[in-house]
Amino acid sequence: MARGERMTSFNARAVRADTPMMKRDVNGRPLTYLDSASSSLPPRAVIEAMSRYYELHHANVHRGVYTTANEATEIFEGARVAVADFIHAPGGADEVVFTHGTTESFNLLAKSWGAANLREGDVVLVSEMEHHANIVPWFQLREINGIEVRFIPVDDDYRLDLTDIDRLMEGVRLLSVTGMSNVLGTINPLGELAALAHRRGALFAVDGAQSIAHLPTDVAALDIDFLAFSAHKMLGPTGLGVFWTRREILADMPPFLGGGGMILDVRTDGYTPAGGPTRFEAGTPAIAETAGLSAAIRYLGGLGMDNVAAHEHELTIDALERLEKEFSGRVRVIGPADATSRGGVLSLDVEGVHPHDVAQILDQYGVCVRPGHHCAKPLMRRFGLAATARASFGPYSLTSDTDVLIEALGEAVSLFG
Amino acid sequence: MSNLDDLYREIILDHYRTPRNRGALDSPPAVRVEGFNPLCGDELVLYLVVDNGVVTDIKMTGHGCSISQASSSLMSVAVKGKNLDEVETVMERFKEMMTLKERSLDENGEAAPLDLRNLGEIAALAGVVKFPVRIKCATLAWKTLAEAVAEAEAEAT
Repeated sequence: MARGERMTSFNARAVRADTPMMKRDVNGRPLTYLDSASSSLPPRAVIEAMSRYYELHHANVHRGVYTTANEATEIFEGARVAVADFIHAPGGADEVVFTHGTTESFNLLAKSWGAANLREGDVVLVSEMEHHANIVPWFQLREINGIEVRFIPVDDDYRLDLTDIDRLMEGVRLLSVTGMSNVLGTINPLGELAALAHRRGALFAVDGAQSIAHLPTDVAALDIDFLAFSAHKMLGPTGLGVFWTRREILADMPPFLGGGGMILDVRTDGYTPAGGPTRFEAGTPAIAETAGLSAAIRYLGGLGMDNVAAHEHELTIDALERLEKEFSGRVRVIGPADATSRGGVLSLDVEGVHPHDVAQILDQYGVCVRPGHHCAKPLMRRFGLAATARASFGPYSLTSDTDVLIEALGEAVSLFG
Repeated sequence: MSNLDDLYREIILDHYRTPRNRGALDSPPAVRVEGFNPLCGDELVLYLVVDNGVVTDIKMTGHGCSISQASSSLMSVAVKGKNLDEVETVMERFKEMMTLKERSLDENGEAAPLDLRNLGEIAALAGVVKFPVRIKCATLAWKTLAEAVAEAEAEAT
C-alpha cells in the first residue's frame, strides 16, 4: 500500500500480503501466526522505514549539528508527534516519553510518580487480571515506602468484579488496570473506571499493551491519566515503548534513570534535569525503532483502528463458536464466552493435554501459540491453572488460521486420547 | 507427523497418563527436594529414601507437561531398588542421551546412534533431544534427583 493511500474497506488479505513473515513456512506448513498478543508481525513498511533510517539518516539524536544528525532528530521527534496524534494526547508530543516497552513505562510510573507522590498507607488498586508489569513495580514500591497494593477481583465470567468497588476504592490514590487482558481477552470499561477513580480523587493508569493494537485509543475522551504501551505489539519493532501522561503531571515527576541526554546541566556538585519528556530518556534511545513505530502508526491509521477492532471481533465470534462446536467442552476457552467487550485472545485449556504439549503439536502444523502463564500468575491462580495455550489474532489474521488451529488441536486431542 | 511420534512415544504417553510412584513420603526419614522450571511453570517435589546406600523408596508430586511428567515417572522406576552407584550410572547415561552437542551429526543432521542398551524404558526419551526447548522438561526430574541423592549422601555421613 502506498504511503497516504487509505483502504476503502478492511482487507485482512492485503494486510497479510504486506507482512513479509507471513510468506514463510514452518515444518513444511505455511506459517499460521496466532501469537500477536505476545508480539505482532511488522508490515514491510515498518521494516523498510527502519532500513531506510540506517541506510540514510543514522546519527545520534539531539547531539550533532550536521545534516544527518538533524534528520535523525526529526525522525525521532516526528514519532513523538505521531504517537500523540494516535492516542489523541491533549497536550501533544510533549506528553510522550519513549521507553523500552510497557514494562519500563510502568517502572517509570511507579518509581518516579509513585515514589514522589505515594506515602505509607496510600493504596494502588490494580486487578487480578494484570500482567506482572502492572504488579511487580508496585510491590517494589511497597518495599520502599510502604504503600498498599490491592486487587480488584475477577468474576466467574472473566470480567472485573466491581460489586464491592466502593470499599476497594478506600484510600486509593491510583487505579491501574489493563485496557484488555492478555490472557482472557476481556476489554475493561476504561471510561467507567476513569470516572470512578476521579470521583474519589485518584488518578487512573491504563496498561495499553494489548488494547493499543486492537482498539481505538483516545486518552482525552476516556479521561485517563497515564498510558503505557509497546511498539512491538502494534506492528512496530521491539525495544521501544511509550509512557504517556498529561503535561502538568509529567512536569512534576522527578527523573527516573540518570545519565546523558536527560540533563540540563551537570556540575561537580550536582545536576539539573532537563524538562519535558527528555528528562525521562537517559542514554541514546532506540532511534531506528521510532522510525518503525511512525510507520506502524501510519499503517494502522490507514487500516483504521475501528476496522481492525471490527475485523478481530468477527474472527473471535467465529473462533469461539467453532471451538465449542468442534470439541464440545474438551477444549475450554479461558475468557468471556460472550464476544462483547472481548478481544481476539483465546486462552485454551485442552482436557488431558498440557499447554506445552499443545503448543508442541501445533508447531508441527506451523501454528504459533504461546504456552505458559502469560506473566499473569495471580490470574492463573484465581482460576486454578498452571498454564494455558494462548492463540491470539492480529489485523492479518483470517478465518483460515482458525481452520488450521482446529485441525492441529484435533491432532492434540487424538494423540493424547 | 513422524517428528511428533519420536517425541510422544507410547511409553511416554503411558507414563504421563499413569505416572508411577506418585505421592509424598514422610520427611524425615525421606529427603525432600523441590524442582522448578520457572519458564514453563513445571513444579516437582521429590521424596527419596536411601537406606544403606540403596534407594528403598521414591515418590513425587507436582505438575508439568507430558515430557516432564513421563520423565520423572520413568526415572523413579529406573532408580527404585538400585544402589547409589547404579543410580549414578543411570543419571550419567540419561545426561549423555540429552546432550546432543557432544555427539556427531550425520549428513541428515541426525545424531549418531546412541547406545541405548540397558537403559530400559528411559530410552523412550531419546527423541526429546530433537526438540531442544523440551530438553529442560525431561531433565527437571533428573536434576532434582541429583540434588536429593547429594542430600541423602550428606545426611548419611
